Amino acid sequence: MTHILQNKNDTLVVKVVGELDMLTAQEFREIVEKAMAGALVRNMIIDLDKAGFIDSSGIGVILGRYRKIKAQNGVMVLCGMNENIKRILEMSGILSFIPFCSSEKESWEIIAKKAFKGA
Amino acid sequence: MDRIVKNRIILEFDGRAENVSLSRVTVAALAAQLSVTLSELEEIKVATSEAVSNAIIHGYQNNPEKTVRLVCTLYEDWLEVEVKDEGVGIKDIKQALQPAFSSDPERMGLGFVFMQSFMDEVVVDSQVNLGTTVTLRKKISSSGVKNKAVS
Ligand SMILES: Nc1ncnc2c1ncn2[C@@H]1O[C@H](COP(=O)(O)OP(=O)(O)O)[C@@H](O)[C@H]1O
Ligand SMILES: [Mg+2]
Repeated sequence: MTHILQNKNDTLVVKVVGELDMLTAQEFREIVEKAMAGALVRNMIIDLDKAGFIDSSGIGVILGRYRKIKAQNGVMVLCGMNENIKRILEMSGILSFIPFCSSEKESWEIIAKKAFKGA
Repeated sequence: MDRIVKNRIILEFDGRAENVSLSRVTVAALAAQLSVTLSELEEIKVATSEAVSNAIIHGYQNNPEKTVRLVCTLYEDWLEVEVKDEGVGIKDIKQALQPAFSSDPERMGLGFVFMQSFMDEVVVDSQVNLGTTVTLRKKISSSGVKNKAVS
């Protein structure tokens, strides 16, 4: 399940609840695309605190969104992943270029810092 | 490998995305009959998810009318998961197994990487136009003591 929590200061907060596999990745893609089409979105926070499972299809959809955000000079931050999910994301290599932290609050700080640097 | 079969399930299902979670949860439930650790269960779930997703996405090109067959067998201290499709098959298995190789530009080519990292043995048997069978085997520490480094 994917929830768009809010779109504040051009930053979309996406919360993943449950599993992110080939079925839910599709749902994730559609919901996020719709939100990005309907409003100005520069940055994105993906909150994985309530995510219980991820596989390569889930990682693929995160990477796809990262590329879009990056292409428009925005910042993406991942937050709140449990140990298993973190291990899998690490193995995939995406944590070497997508910033991550433990809470949504910290994510806002990372975005503020990076956006400032980029300006 | 121990040859005594402790339990076995055979599951056939439509190649629908909904059935990926069903298959990994089923395999995990069976694996839990051995003394697996929670992190081993997670590894088994990811590997199963990858193999079944591949059968649906690549083998059957997302045609939900095709049937995926899953056989999961428990031995004394081994788990075996066999995922079989009668789809397009793999022309070059060596290339398919290479990290980051994908025939689909939208995908990352991580499925086999995860299967190989999380299971002790991955065997791919495939013939073009006949289909693919992926067999995943994992040794389960029968003592139930965590003796596998997870780092
Ligand atoms: N069941 C299958 N039937 C046909 N081709 C497959 C199957 N499983 C894997 N492949 C091939 O192997 C490649 C690598 O698979 P994988 O590592 O899971 O990466 P991905 O799914 O991201 O492409 C796939 O892109 C596909 O070409
Ligand atoms: Mg795959």
